[in-house]
Amino acid sequence: MRSMRIIHTEDIIKNIKEMCIEANVTLASDVEEKIIKASSEERVSLGKQILEQLCENLEIARNEFIPICQDTGMVVVFLKVGQNIYIQGGSLEEAVNEGIRQGYQQGYLRKSIVSDPIIRENSNDNTPGIIHYEIVSGDCLEITVAPKGFGSENMSQIYMLKPSDGVEGIKKAVIDTVKNAGPNACPPIVVGVGIGGNFEKCAYLAKKALTRNLNKRSHLEHIKRLELELLEEINQLGIGPGGLGGRTTALGVNIESFPTHIAGLPVAINICCHVNRHVTRSL
Amino acid sequence: MDKYISTPLTNEVIESLQVGDYVYITGLIYAARDAAHKRIFEAILEGKEIPLDLNNNIIYYLGPTPAREGQVIGSSGPTTSSRMDKYTPLLLDHGLKGMIGKGKRNQEVIEAIKKNKAIYFAATGGAGALLSKKIKKSKVIAYEDLGPEAIRELYVENFPVVVVIDSYGNNLYQIINQSS
Ligand code: SF4
Repeated sequence: MRSMRIIHTEDIIKNIKEMCIEANVTLASDVEEKIIKASSEERVSLGKQILEQLCENLEIARNEFIPICQDTGMVVVFLKVGQNIYIQGGSLEEAVNEGIRQGYQQGYLRKSIVSDPIIRENSNDNTPGIIHYEIVSGDCLEITVAPKGFGSENMSQIYMLKPSDGVEGIKKAVIDTVKNAGPNACPPIVVGVGIGGNFEKCAYLAKKALTRNLNKRSHLEHIKRLELELLEEINQLGIGPGGLGGRTTALGVNIESFPTHIAGLPVAINICCHVNRHVTRSL
Repeated sequence: MDKYISTPLTNEVIESLQVGDYVYITGLIYAARDAAHKRIFEAILEGKEIPLDLNNNIIYYLGPTPAREGQVIGSSGPTTSSRMDKYTPLLLDHGLKGMIGKGKRNQEVIEAIKKNKAIYFAATGGAGALLSKKIKKSKVIAYEDLGPEAIRELYVENFPVVVVIDSYGNNLYQIINQSS
Protein backbone atom coordinates (compact mmCIF):
# COMPACT_ATOMS: atom_id res chain seq x y z
CA MET A 1 0.00 0.00 0.00
CA ARG A 2 1.21 3.55 -0.80
CA SER A 3 1.80 5.58 2.30
CA MET A 4 -0.41 8.51 3.16
CA ARG A 5 0.90 12.06 3.24
CA ILE A 6 0.23 13.74 6.56
CA ILE A 7 -1.06 17.31 6.65
CA HIS A 8 -1.45 18.90 10.04
CA THR A 9 -4.50 21.01 10.90
CA GLU A 10 -2.15 23.69 12.24
CA ASP A 11 -0.89 24.21 8.70
CA ILE A 12 -4.41 24.44 7.39
CA ILE A 13 -5.42 26.98 10.05
CA LYS A 14 -2.39 29.15 9.38
CA ASN A 15 -2.92 29.16 5.62
CA ILE A 16 -6.63 29.87 5.78
CA LYS A 17 -5.97 32.72 8.19
CA GLU A 18 -3.44 34.29 5.83
CA MET A 19 -5.64 33.74 2.80
CA CYS A 20 -8.64 35.46 4.42
CA ILE A 21 -6.49 38.53 5.08
CA GLU A 22 -4.82 38.49 1.68
CA ALA A 23 -8.11 38.10 -0.21
CA ASN A 24 -9.57 41.13 1.51
CA VAL A 25 -6.72 43.57 0.84
CA THR A 26 -5.53 42.56 -2.63
CA LEU A 27 -7.34 41.37 -5.73
CA ALA A 28 -6.04 38.72 -8.10
CA SER A 29 -4.01 40.42 -10.85
CA ASP A 30 -6.46 39.50 -13.63
CA VAL A 31 -9.31 41.28 -11.82
CA GLU A 32 -7.20 44.31 -10.98
CA GLU A 33 -5.90 44.59 -14.55
CA LYS A 34 -9.45 44.56 -15.92
CA ILE A 35 -10.41 47.43 -13.61
CA ILE A 36 -7.35 49.48 -14.59
CA LYS A 37 -7.96 48.83 -18.28
CA ALA A 38 -11.63 49.77 -17.97
CA SER A 39 -10.73 53.01 -16.22
CA SER A 40 -8.55 54.09 -19.12
CA GLU A 41 -11.16 53.08 -21.72
CA GLU A 42 -14.43 54.26 -20.12
CA ARG A 43 -15.73 57.36 -21.88
CA VAL A 44 -18.74 58.34 -19.79
CA SER A 45 -17.32 60.84 -17.32
CA LEU A 46 -19.13 59.82 -14.10
CA GLY A 47 -18.37 56.18 -14.84
CA LYS A 48 -14.74 57.03 -15.43
CA GLN A 49 -14.53 58.93 -12.13
CA ILE A 50 -15.91 55.89 -10.33
CA LEU A 51 -13.36 53.57 -11.96
CA GLU A 52 -10.56 55.96 -11.04
CA GLN A 53 -11.76 55.80 -7.44
CA LEU A 54 -11.63 52.01 -7.63
CA CYS A 55 -8.03 52.05 -8.89
CA GLU A 56 -6.97 54.42 -6.12
CA ASN A 57 -8.90 52.31 -3.63
CA LEU A 58 -6.94 49.19 -4.60
CA GLU A 59 -3.65 51.04 -4.11
CA ILE A 60 -4.61 52.26 -0.65
CA ALA A 61 -5.95 48.86 0.36
CA ARG A 62 -2.77 47.07 -0.64
CA ASN A 63 -0.34 49.63 0.76
CA GLU A 64 -2.09 50.20 4.08
CA PHE A 65 -3.75 46.83 4.69
CA ILE A 66 -7.22 48.37 4.70
CA PRO A 67 -9.89 46.01 3.37
CA ILE A 68 -10.87 46.85 -0.23
CA CYS A 69 -14.50 46.83 0.87
CA GLN A 70 -16.02 47.07 4.36
CA ASP A 71 -18.20 44.04 3.56
CA THR A 72 -15.49 41.49 4.03
CA GLY A 73 -18.05 38.88 3.25
CA MET A 74 -19.10 35.39 4.14
CA VAL A 75 -16.18 33.08 3.50
CA VAL A 76 -16.61 30.36 0.90
CA VAL A 77 -13.89 27.71 0.95
CA PHE A 78 -13.34 25.20 -1.84
CA LEU A 79 -11.25 22.22 -0.75
CA LYS A 80 -9.76 19.71 -3.14
CA VAL A 81 -8.75 16.91 -0.85
CA GLY A 82 -6.30 14.43 -2.31
CA GLN A 83 -7.41 10.92 -1.40
CA ASN A 84 -3.89 10.01 -0.30
CA ILE A 85 -3.64 12.54 2.50
CA TYR A 86 -4.24 12.06 6.16
CA ILE A 87 -5.34 15.07 8.19
CA GLN A 88 -3.76 15.05 11.62
CA GLY A 89 -4.62 17.19 14.62
CA GLY A 90 -8.40 17.27 14.57
CA SER A 91 -11.34 17.91 12.32
CA LEU A 92 -10.81 19.52 8.91
CA GLU A 93 -14.02 21.52 9.20
CA GLU A 94 -13.02 22.90 12.59
CA ALA A 95 -9.59 23.79 11.20
CA VAL A 96 -11.14 25.76 8.35
CA ASN A 97 -13.38 27.68 10.73
CA GLU A 98 -10.50 28.31 13.12
CA GLY A 99 -8.52 29.77 10.21
CA ILE A 100 -11.43 32.06 9.35
CA ARG A 101 -11.81 33.06 13.00
CA GLN A 102 -8.13 33.99 13.32
CA GLY A 103 -8.02 35.72 9.94
CA TYR A 104 -11.02 37.92 10.65
CA GLN A 105 -9.77 38.77 14.14
CA GLN A 106 -6.14 39.43 13.31
CA GLY A 107 -6.85 41.05 9.93
CA TYR A 108 -9.31 43.62 11.36
CA LEU A 109 -12.00 42.30 9.05
CA ARG A 110 -15.70 42.82 9.64
CA LYS A 111 -17.69 40.08 11.31
CA SER A 112 -20.80 39.80 9.19
CA ILE A 113 -22.23 36.39 10.07
CA VAL A 114 -25.34 35.78 12.19
CA SER A 115 -25.55 32.37 13.85
CA ASP A 116 -29.20 31.84 12.99
CA PRO A 117 -30.98 33.27 9.93
CA ILE A 118 -34.10 34.15 11.94
CA ILE A 119 -32.80 34.98 15.42
CA ARG A 120 -29.93 36.93 13.80
CA GLU A 121 -27.29 37.23 16.49
CA ASN A 122 -23.79 37.98 15.25
CA SER A 123 -21.41 35.05 15.72
CA ASN A 124 -18.70 37.68 16.35
CA ASP A 125 -15.93 35.78 14.57
CA ASN A 126 -17.31 35.52 11.02
CA THR A 127 -17.77 31.75 11.29
CA PRO A 128 -18.96 29.44 10.02
CA GLY A 129 -17.65 29.56 6.49
CA ILE A 130 -19.30 27.65 3.67
CA ILE A 131 -17.12 24.69 2.75
CA HIS A 132 -17.28 22.72 -0.50
CA TYR A 133 -15.30 19.47 -0.47
CA GLU A 134 -14.09 17.66 -3.51
CA ILE A 135 -12.21 14.39 -3.20
CA VAL A 136 -9.54 14.13 -5.89
CA SER A 137 -6.65 11.80 -6.66
CA GLY A 138 -3.18 12.60 -5.39
CA ASP A 139 -1.70 13.76 -2.10
CA CYS A 140 -2.31 17.50 -2.11
CA LEU A 141 -4.80 19.71 -0.37
CA GLU A 142 -5.82 22.61 -2.61
CA ILE A 143 -7.58 25.43 -0.80
CA THR A 144 -9.44 28.32 -2.40
CA VAL A 145 -10.72 31.03 -0.07
CA ALA A 146 -13.35 33.29 -1.61
CA PRO A 147 -15.02 35.81 0.74
CA LYS A 148 -18.26 36.99 -0.85
CA GLY A 149 -20.12 40.24 -0.16
CA PHE A 150 -23.89 40.22 0.04
CA GLY A 151 -24.69 43.38 -1.91
CA SER A 152 -24.07 41.31 -5.00
CA GLU A 153 -25.00 37.91 -3.53
CA ASN A 154 -28.51 39.24 -2.90
CA MET A 155 -28.92 40.00 -6.60
CA SER A 156 -28.18 36.40 -7.72
CA GLN A 157 -30.83 34.13 -9.23
CA ILE A 158 -31.68 30.55 -10.16
CA TYR A 159 -33.91 29.72 -13.13
CA MET A 160 -35.28 26.24 -13.80
CA LEU A 161 -35.62 26.71 -17.57
CA LYS A 162 -37.19 24.27 -19.98
CA PRO A 163 -34.97 22.52 -22.56
CA SER A 164 -36.93 24.33 -25.27
CA ASP A 165 -35.81 27.70 -23.85
CA GLY A 166 -32.34 26.92 -25.20
CA VAL A 167 -29.49 29.38 -25.52
CA GLU A 168 -31.87 32.30 -25.97
CA GLY A 169 -33.55 31.45 -22.68
CA ILE A 170 -30.18 31.27 -20.92
CA LYS A 171 -29.17 34.64 -22.31
CA LYS A 172 -32.41 36.24 -21.27
CA ALA A 173 -32.05 34.84 -17.74
CA VAL A 174 -28.54 36.29 -17.42
CA ILE A 175 -29.43 39.69 -18.90
CA ASP A 176 -32.57 40.00 -16.76
CA THR A 177 -30.57 39.20 -13.64
CA VAL A 178 -27.88 41.75 -14.47
CA LYS A 179 -30.48 44.42 -15.26
CA ASN A 180 -32.30 43.76 -12.04
CA ALA A 181 -29.05 43.93 -10.06
CA GLY A 182 -28.35 47.33 -11.62
CA PRO A 183 -26.48 49.64 -9.24
CA ASN A 184 -27.11 47.43 -6.18
CA ALA A 185 -24.41 44.87 -6.95
CA CYS A 186 -21.62 47.49 -7.15
CA PRO A 187 -20.85 47.33 -10.85
CA PRO A 188 -18.59 46.69 -12.65
CA ILE A 189 -19.56 43.14 -11.82
CA VAL A 190 -18.26 39.67 -12.53
CA VAL A 191 -20.96 37.25 -13.64
CA GLY A 192 -20.65 33.59 -12.67
CA VAL A 193 -23.06 31.28 -14.48
CA GLY A 194 -23.78 27.61 -13.84
CA ILE A 195 -25.67 25.72 -16.52
CA GLY A 196 -26.99 22.18 -16.16
CA GLY A 197 -26.80 19.69 -13.31
CA ASN A 198 -29.76 20.16 -11.00
CA PHE A 199 -31.02 22.81 -8.59
CA GLU A 200 -28.05 22.88 -6.20
CA LYS A 201 -25.38 21.83 -8.69
CA CYS A 202 -25.94 24.82 -10.99
CA ALA A 203 -25.70 27.21 -8.02
CA TYR A 204 -22.43 25.59 -6.98
CA LEU A 205 -21.09 25.86 -10.55
CA ALA A 206 -22.03 29.53 -10.71
CA LYS A 207 -20.12 30.24 -7.51
CA LYS A 208 -17.17 28.22 -8.70
CA ALA A 209 -17.15 30.08 -12.02
CA LEU A 210 -16.40 33.30 -10.12
CA THR A 211 -13.06 31.91 -8.99
CA ARG A 212 -11.80 31.29 -12.53
CA ASN A 213 -9.25 33.69 -14.04
CA LEU A 214 -11.11 36.31 -16.07
CA ASN A 215 -8.75 35.89 -19.02
CA LYS A 216 -9.44 32.17 -19.25
CA ARG A 217 -12.37 31.16 -21.43
CA SER A 218 -14.26 27.89 -21.24
CA HIS A 219 -12.57 25.01 -23.11
CA LEU A 220 -15.93 24.18 -24.71
CA GLU A 221 -16.37 26.11 -27.94
CA HIS A 222 -20.13 26.76 -27.59
CA ILE A 223 -19.76 27.86 -23.97
CA LYS A 224 -16.84 30.11 -24.81
CA ARG A 225 -18.94 31.79 -27.50
CA LEU A 226 -21.76 32.29 -25.00
CA GLU A 227 -19.35 33.88 -22.50
CA LEU A 228 -18.13 36.37 -25.09
CA GLU A 229 -21.59 37.19 -26.44
CA LEU A 230 -23.02 37.72 -22.99
CA LEU A 231 -20.16 40.01 -21.94
CA GLU A 232 -20.72 42.09 -25.05
CA GLU A 233 -24.48 42.31 -24.48
CA ILE A 234 -24.12 43.16 -20.79
CA ASN A 235 -21.72 45.97 -21.58
CA GLN A 236 -24.25 47.44 -23.97
CA LEU A 237 -26.85 47.77 -21.22
CA GLY A 238 -25.42 51.13 -20.18
CA ILE A 239 -25.55 50.44 -16.42
CA GLY A 240 -21.88 51.34 -16.04
CA PRO A 241 -19.60 51.75 -13.01
CA GLY A 242 -21.61 52.36 -9.84
CA GLY A 243 -24.73 52.10 -12.01
CA LEU A 244 -24.11 55.71 -13.01
CA GLY A 245 -23.84 55.02 -16.72
CA GLY A 246 -21.13 53.81 -19.05
CA ARG A 247 -19.83 50.85 -20.97
CA THR A 248 -18.14 49.04 -18.11
CA THR A 249 -20.95 47.04 -16.53
CA ALA A 250 -19.17 43.68 -16.33
CA LEU A 251 -15.48 42.77 -16.18
CA GLY A 252 -16.14 39.21 -17.24
CA VAL A 253 -18.63 36.38 -17.67
CA ASN A 254 -17.46 32.92 -16.59
CA ILE A 255 -19.65 29.91 -17.30
CA GLU A 256 -19.35 26.37 -15.94
CA SER A 257 -21.58 23.61 -17.26
CA PHE A 258 -22.53 20.05 -16.30
CA PRO A 259 -24.70 17.24 -17.77
CA THR A 260 -28.36 17.51 -16.88
CA HIS A 261 -31.70 15.64 -17.07
CA ILE A 262 -33.68 15.24 -20.31
CA ALA A 263 -36.46 17.37 -18.82
CA GLY A 264 -34.45 20.30 -17.51
CA LEU A 265 -32.18 23.27 -18.10
CA PRO A 266 -31.20 24.75 -14.75
CA VAL A 267 -29.33 28.06 -14.88
CA ALA A 268 -27.85 29.85 -11.89
CA ILE A 269 -26.43 33.35 -12.05
CA ASN A 270 -24.15 34.34 -9.21
CA ILE A 271 -23.46 38.06 -9.37
CA CYS A 272 -20.20 39.29 -7.87
CA CYS A 273 -19.07 42.88 -7.52
CA HIS A 274 -15.71 44.12 -8.80
CA VAL A 275 -14.30 43.05 -5.41
CA ASN A 276 -14.14 39.50 -6.74
CA ARG A 277 -11.98 37.96 -4.03
CA HIS A 278 -10.33 34.58 -4.26
CA VAL A 279 -6.97 33.17 -3.25
CA THR A 280 -5.76 29.62 -3.93
CA ARG A 281 -2.94 27.70 -2.28
CA SER A 282 -1.85 24.12 -2.50
CA LEU A 283 -0.49 22.35 0.59
CA MET B 1 -20.60 69.17 -12.31
CA ASP B 2 -18.27 69.18 -9.30
CA LYS B 3 -19.70 70.89 -6.21
CA TYR B 4 -18.48 71.41 -2.65
CA ILE B 5 -20.98 71.47 0.21
CA SER B 6 -20.93 71.34 4.00
CA THR B 7 -23.25 70.01 6.69
CA PRO B 8 -25.75 70.63 8.17
CA LEU B 9 -27.67 70.97 4.92
CA THR B 10 -29.82 73.97 4.04
CA ASN B 11 -32.73 74.11 1.62
CA GLU B 12 -30.73 76.47 -0.52
CA VAL B 13 -27.87 74.03 -0.91
CA ILE B 14 -30.19 71.09 -1.50
CA GLU B 15 -32.09 72.96 -4.21
CA SER B 16 -28.86 73.82 -5.97
CA LEU B 17 -27.94 70.14 -6.40
CA GLN B 18 -29.09 68.07 -9.34
CA VAL B 19 -28.88 64.45 -10.37
CA GLY B 20 -25.48 63.59 -11.77
CA ASP B 21 -23.61 66.25 -9.77
CA TYR B 22 -20.33 65.02 -8.31
CA VAL B 23 -20.36 66.44 -4.79
CA TYR B 24 -17.69 66.70 -2.08
CA ILE B 25 -19.15 66.80 1.43
CA THR B 26 -17.39 68.32 4.46
CA GLY B 27 -18.72 68.30 8.02
CA LEU B 28 -20.46 66.05 10.54
CA ILE B 29 -22.56 63.14 9.29
CA TYR B 30 -23.98 60.05 11.01
CA ALA B 31 -23.32 56.42 10.14
CA ALA B 32 -26.22 53.98 10.65
CA ARG B 33 -27.42 50.84 8.88
CA ASP B 34 -30.09 48.14 9.21
CA ALA B 35 -30.23 47.37 12.93
CA ALA B 36 -29.76 51.00 14.02
CA HIS B 37 -32.51 52.09 11.63
CA LYS B 38 -34.88 49.57 13.12
CA ARG B 39 -34.24 50.94 16.59
CA ILE B 40 -34.53 54.61 15.59
CA PHE B 41 -37.75 53.84 13.72
CA GLU B 42 -39.27 52.03 16.68
CA ALA B 43 -38.19 54.76 19.10
CA ILE B 44 -39.86 57.45 16.97
CA LEU B 45 -43.07 55.41 16.74
CA GLU B 46 -43.09 54.92 20.50
CA GLY B 47 -42.49 58.64 21.01
CA LYS B 48 -39.13 58.05 22.69
CA GLU B 49 -35.95 60.13 22.49
CA ILE B 50 -33.61 59.15 19.68
CA PRO B 51 -29.85 59.29 20.17
CA LEU B 52 -29.08 61.58 17.23
CA ASP B 53 -30.28 64.89 15.85
CA LEU B 54 -31.89 64.22 12.49
CA ASN B 55 -32.60 67.87 11.69
CA ASN B 56 -30.87 68.93 8.47
CA ASN B 57 -28.41 66.10 8.82
CA ILE B 58 -27.12 63.27 6.66
CA ILE B 59 -27.11 59.55 7.44
CA TYR B 60 -24.49 57.38 5.77
CA TYR B 61 -25.45 53.72 5.37
CA LEU B 62 -22.24 52.25 6.69
CA GLY B 63 -20.94 49.39 8.79
CA PRO B 64 -17.13 49.76 8.77
CA THR B 65 -14.44 47.17 9.40
CA PRO B 66 -12.66 47.52 12.78
CA ALA B 67 -9.97 50.23 12.87
CA ARG B 68 -6.36 49.22 13.35
CA GLU B 69 -4.22 50.93 15.95
CA GLY B 70 -3.73 54.54 14.82
CA GLN B 71 -6.53 54.52 12.23
CA VAL B 72 -9.61 56.74 12.52
CA ILE B 73 -11.87 54.01 11.12
CA GLY B 74 -11.57 50.86 9.01
CA SER B 75 -12.81 50.32 5.47
CA SER B 76 -15.87 52.54 5.05
CA GLY B 77 -17.88 52.16 1.85
CA PRO B 78 -21.66 52.33 1.49
CA THR B 79 -24.07 49.44 1.95
CA THR B 80 -27.20 48.79 -0.16
CA SER B 81 -29.78 51.48 0.61
CA SER B 82 -32.96 49.61 -0.30
CA ARG B 83 -32.85 47.71 2.98
CA MET B 84 -33.43 51.03 4.73
CA ASP B 85 -36.43 51.95 2.52
CA LYS B 86 -38.94 50.72 5.05
CA TYR B 87 -37.65 53.16 7.69
CA THR B 88 -36.64 56.13 5.55
CA PRO B 89 -39.91 58.05 4.96
CA LEU B 90 -40.50 58.35 8.72
CA LEU B 91 -36.97 59.61 9.29
CA LEU B 92 -37.37 62.17 6.50
CA ASP B 93 -40.62 63.34 8.07
CA HIS B 94 -38.64 63.85 11.27
CA GLY B 95 -36.07 66.18 9.80
CA LEU B 96 -33.49 63.99 8.05
CA LYS B 97 -32.29 65.79 4.91
CA GLY B 98 -29.71 63.63 3.25
CA MET B 99 -28.70 60.01 2.80
CA ILE B 100 -25.57 58.39 1.41
CA GLY B 101 -25.72 54.79 0.24
CA LYS B 102 -25.66 52.78 -2.93
CA GLY B 103 -28.36 51.40 -5.18
CA LYS B 104 -32.05 51.88 -5.87
CA ARG B 105 -34.74 53.37 -3.60
CA ASN B 106 -38.45 52.57 -3.77
CA GLN B 107 -41.19 54.95 -4.87
CA GLU B 108 -42.25 55.82 -1.30
CA VAL B 109 -38.74 56.98 -0.50
CA ILE B 110 -38.58 59.06 -3.68
CA GLU B 111 -41.92 60.69 -2.81
CA ALA B 112 -40.75 61.40 0.74
CA ILE B 113 -37.54 62.93 -0.60
CA LYS B 114 -39.56 65.26 -2.81
CA LYS B 115 -42.05 66.13 -0.10
CA ASN B 116 -39.36 66.94 2.47
CA LYS B 117 -36.90 68.58 0.07
CA ALA B 118 -34.25 66.03 0.86
CA ILE B 119 -31.54 64.37 -1.21
CA TYR B 120 -30.04 60.93 -1.85
CA PHE B 121 -26.39 60.52 -2.73
CA ALA B 122 -24.49 57.42 -3.84
CA ALA B 123 -20.95 56.76 -2.71
CA THR B 124 -18.88 54.24 -4.63
CA GLY B 125 -19.60 50.68 -3.54
CA GLY B 126 -16.40 48.77 -2.97
CA ALA B 127 -14.21 51.84 -2.45
CA GLY B 128 -14.09 51.46 1.33
CA ALA B 129 -10.33 51.93 1.71
CA LEU B 130 -10.36 55.18 -0.26
CA LEU B 131 -13.49 56.50 1.47
CA SER B 132 -12.02 55.75 4.92
CA LYS B 133 -9.34 58.33 4.15
CA LYS B 134 -11.99 61.05 3.86
CA ILE B 135 -13.22 60.36 7.39
CA LYS B 136 -11.17 62.42 9.82
CA LYS B 137 -13.00 61.65 13.09
CA SER B 138 -15.26 58.83 14.18
CA LYS B 139 -16.99 58.07 17.43
CA VAL B 140 -19.70 55.65 18.42
CA ILE B 141 -22.57 57.66 19.90
CA ALA B 142 -25.26 55.01 20.40
CA TYR B 143 -26.18 51.31 20.26
CA GLU B 144 -22.62 50.19 20.89
CA ASP B 145 -23.93 46.65 21.37
CA LEU B 146 -24.61 46.50 17.63
CA GLY B 147 -20.87 46.37 16.86
CA PRO B 148 -20.34 47.37 13.21
CA GLU B 149 -23.99 48.49 13.14
CA ALA B 150 -23.67 51.01 15.99
CA ILE B 151 -24.47 54.66 15.28
CA ARG B 152 -21.36 56.78 14.73
CA GLU B 153 -20.76 60.45 14.37
CA LEU B 154 -18.24 61.08 11.60
CA TYR B 155 -16.38 64.17 10.56
CA VAL B 156 -15.70 63.96 6.82
CA GLU B 157 -13.62 66.12 4.54
CA ASN B 158 -14.34 66.26 0.81
CA PHE B 159 -16.20 62.99 0.90
CA PRO B 160 -17.02 62.14 -2.76
CA VAL B 161 -20.60 61.27 -3.69
CA VAL B 162 -22.93 61.57 -6.68
CA VAL B 163 -26.48 62.96 -6.54
CA VAL B 164 -28.79 60.08 -7.53
CA ILE B 165 -32.18 61.43 -6.38
CA ASP B 166 -32.47 65.18 -6.12
CA SER B 167 -35.02 67.25 -4.19
CA TYR B 168 -37.17 67.52 -7.29
CA GLY B 169 -37.59 63.75 -7.39
CA ASN B 170 -35.35 63.16 -10.43
CA ASN B 171 -33.72 59.73 -10.29
CA LEU B 172 -30.39 59.22 -12.03
CA TYR B 173 -30.65 55.42 -12.14
CA GLN B 174 -33.99 55.68 -13.90
CA ILE B 175 -32.68 58.24 -16.37
CA ILE B 176 -29.77 55.92 -17.24
CA ASN B 177 -32.12 52.95 -17.53
CA GLN B 178 -34.33 54.79 -20.02
CA SER B 179 -31.54 56.18 -22.15
CA SER B 180 -29.89 52.81 -22.76
S1 SF4 C 1 -21.31 44.13 -3.30
FE1 SF4 C 1 -19.09 43.93 -3.19
S2 SF4 C 1 -18.25 45.99 -3.44
FE2 SF4 C 1 -20.43 46.17 -2.98
S3 SF4 C 1 -20.49 46.46 -0.77
FE3 SF4 C 1 -20.75 44.28 -1.15
S4 SF4 C 1 -18.69 43.37 -1.09
FE4 SF4 C 1 -18.48 45.60 -1.27
